[in-house]
Amino acid sequence: MAEKTYLEAINLAIKEEMRRDDGVMVFGEDVGGEKGGVFGVTKELAAEFGDERVFNSPLGESEIAGLATGLGIMGHHAIAEFQFADYILPAVNQILSETAKMRYRTAGDYTAPIVMRAPYGGGVRGGFYHSQSTEKIFAGQPGLRIVTPSSVYDAKGLLKAAIRSEDPVLFYEHKKLYRAIKDDIPDEDYTVALDKAKIVKEGTDITVFSYGMMLQFVLKASEKLENQGISVEVVDLVSLYPLDQETIVQAARKTGKVLLVTEDTKEGSIMNNVSSVIAENALFDLDAPIKILAGPESPSMPYAKNLEDAFLVNQDDVLDAMVELAEF
Amino acid sequence: MDLKQSKLSNKEIIAAYKVIKETRKLDERLWQLNRIGKSTFNISGQGAEVGQVAMAMAFNSQEDYFLPYYRDMAAVMSFGTTAKDILMGSLGKKDDPASHGRQMPNHYGDKANNVISFSSTVTTQYPLATGIALALQVDKKPGAVLTVTGEGSTAQGDFHEALNFAGVKKLPVVFVIENNGYAISTPNDQEFGTDDLSSRAIGYGIQGRKVDGRDFAETYLAFKEAAEFAKAGGGSTLIVMDVDRLTAHSSDDDQRVYRDKAEIEEMKENDCILMMEEQLLDENILTIEELQEITTSIDQEIEQATLDAEAMPDPEASEIMTHIYETGGH
Repeated sequence: MAEKTYLEAINLAIKEEMRRDDGVMVFGEDVGGEKGGVFGVTKELAAEFGDERVFNSPLGESEIAGLATGLGIMGHHAIAEFQFADYILPAVNQILSETAKMRYRTAGDYTAPIVMRAPYGGGVRGGFYHSQSTEKIFAGQPGLRIVTPSSVYDAKGLLKAAIRSEDPVLFYEHKKLYRAIKDDIPDEDYTVALDKAKIVKEGTDITVFSYGMMLQFVLKASEKLENQGISVEVVDLVSLYPLDQETIVQAARKTGKVLLVTEDTKEGSIMNNVSSVIAENALFDLDAPIKILAGPESPSMPYAKNLEDAFLVNQDDVLDAMVELAEF
Repeated sequence: MDLKQSKLSNKEIIAAYKVIKETRKLDERLWQLNRIGKSTFNISGQGAEVGQVAMAMAFNSQEDYFLPYYRDMAAVMSFGTTAKDILMGSLGKKDDPASHGRQMPNHYGDKANNVISFSSTVTTQYPLATGIALALQVDKKPGAVLTVTGEGSTAQGDFHEALNFAGVKKLPVVFVIENNGYAISTPNDQEFGTDDLSSRAIGYGIQGRKVDGRDFAETYLAFKEAAEFAKAGGGSTLIVMDVDRLTAHSSDDDQRVYRDKAEIEEMKENDCILMMEEQLLDENILTIEELQEITTSIDQEIEQATLDAEAMPDPEASEIMTHIYETGGH
C-alpha cells in the first residue's frame, strides 16, 4: 500500500499501462515534454516513454478526438487528454459521429478502443469555461462509455480498466479532487469495473446517489447523520452512461427514499436520467418523491467567489437535504 | 496526356479501364434500383471514375489504407470491393462489408481491403486518416494513407485541423479534394475565395498539387509521386483533383434546377469515360471489338451481381442490439 492523491493515482495508472502495452499513446494539449499537462497529470511520461508515444498535440480538439479514433482503429489504446472538459465541445462531432458509432456501423469490423480524459467540475474559481460538467452532452449515446472516479482507489483502477477496454471511454476526472483527496491504494495491479455503480456505504433509511466532488459531501454528511441515528446508503454512480440500472434500482428500493446530488444544473443532467430509471422501475417502492439537489439553472459557473458559492451545492445543502428526506 | 505516358503496361491500363467501366455500369444499376424502389438512395461518382481509379492505382490494399467519401465507388472498387459488395450495401444486406446493412448506400468500408468506414458527416475522415497514418509511422509500417473529400468540405474545421497536424508530424497521407464544382447546389465561387485550393497546402508545410481527374496518366503519375513521397517519409501531399459530376448530387436531387442545360450537355459530351475510350482506341491498346466485348461482359457481370446480391439475406432485426459495446448490447 502507498498513499497517493487522486492525481497521482491517475498518473500511475497511465504509467503502468504504458509499461504493459507498447501500443498505448498519450497526447493532448501540453501533455508532453517537461510540462506534463496543465494539471501535471501526465508528468514524467514523456521522459519514460519518449516523445513518440507521449506528445503535445496542436490546439485543435476535433483533431485530438479524430487522431485518437484513427489510432484506435489501428489497435492502439490511445489516451487523449482534453485540457478541460469545457474544451471537449469542438470534438463533439468526432466523438458522437465517429468514435461512438465505429463499432456499430461496421458491425464490429472496426472499433475505437480509446480513452478520452477530461477534467471537469467547479469550485476552483475557474469561471464559466473551466468549471463545467459537460458529461451530460454525451450521455445518451450508445456505443460510448462515460465514467468518473470519485475515490483515489477508483481513479487508478477505473482508468486501467478504461485503457484495457475495447470500447471508447470518456474518462471524466474531477479537477478539484486531483489534490483534495489522498488514500492508501494497493501496489498490485487491479481494475475497477467500468459498468458498475458502487455502494460505498450501506444504510437503511435513505439512499443518496452522487459522483465527483459532491460524493465527498455526501460521505461526510452521512457520517454525521449516522451519529444522529440516520442510516444512509451511499451510491457512487461511477458509470454515468450507460447507467448501472440494476444497482441503482436495487439501492433505491432498499430504503424507498432517494436523494440525487450533482453539481451540474438539473435539467438534462445525469441525475435526471437516474431519476427516470428509478421512477420507471421502483415508483411503488418509494416512500417519498425523488429529490434532486443540483446547481441553479444558470448558464455556467460564475467567477466571483460569492457567485461561485451561490452556484455550487455545498456541504450544508447536502446535509439539510438528507435530513429533510429522512424526516419525510 | 496519352495513356501510355502513365508508364503502366497495356494490361494494367486495360484492367484500370475495366474498373472504370464497371463502376459506371454499376452506378447506372444503382440508379435503376433506386427508381424502382429497391433502394432508397444513391449518390454517384459519375464523371470522376477515371480520376478515382488512376488515384487508387498508386496504392495497394495490402499495406495502404483508404478513407473514401461517398462518391468514391470507382476508387473503392480499385481497392478490391466488388460490385456485389456495393449492391449489398445499397440493398441493406447482412453481408454488406461496409456496414452490414446499417448505413445508407455508398457509405463505403471494407476491412478485408483496408477501406475504413465512412460516415455522412463530411470531412471527419480527415482527422481519422491522421490517426491511421500516425499508427503506421509509430509502428514503423511501410504503408501510406489515402483520404478523399469533396471540395465543399474544405470549409470544415476538420479539414484545417487534420492538415495542420499532418504537417507537424510529416504524416504519410495523401489528402485529396475531389472538386466537381458543386457542393450539392452551391458552386465553387460560393464555397471558397481562392481559385486554387491546392495553394492551401503551403500554409501547412505540406506539398500541394492540382490534377485534371479526366486525365488518367496525369492523375496516376501525380498520385504515384505523392504516395512514394509519403512512404519515403517526406510527409503529406494535398491533391486537388478536378472532376465532373454528371449526375445530380444524389437520388434526391435534380441538378437541372441549378445548373444550365448547356453546362450539363457540355459535360456529358466530354464524359471522362468516352475520352478514355477514344484514347484506348487511338493508342491501339484496345480495338473497338474488344471495347464492345468488355462492355458486354460487364453488363453480364452486373446483372449476375444484382441477382446474387438480391438473393443474399437481410440482417436479422434482432441484430439491432449487437456490436454496440465489446460485450454486445447495453
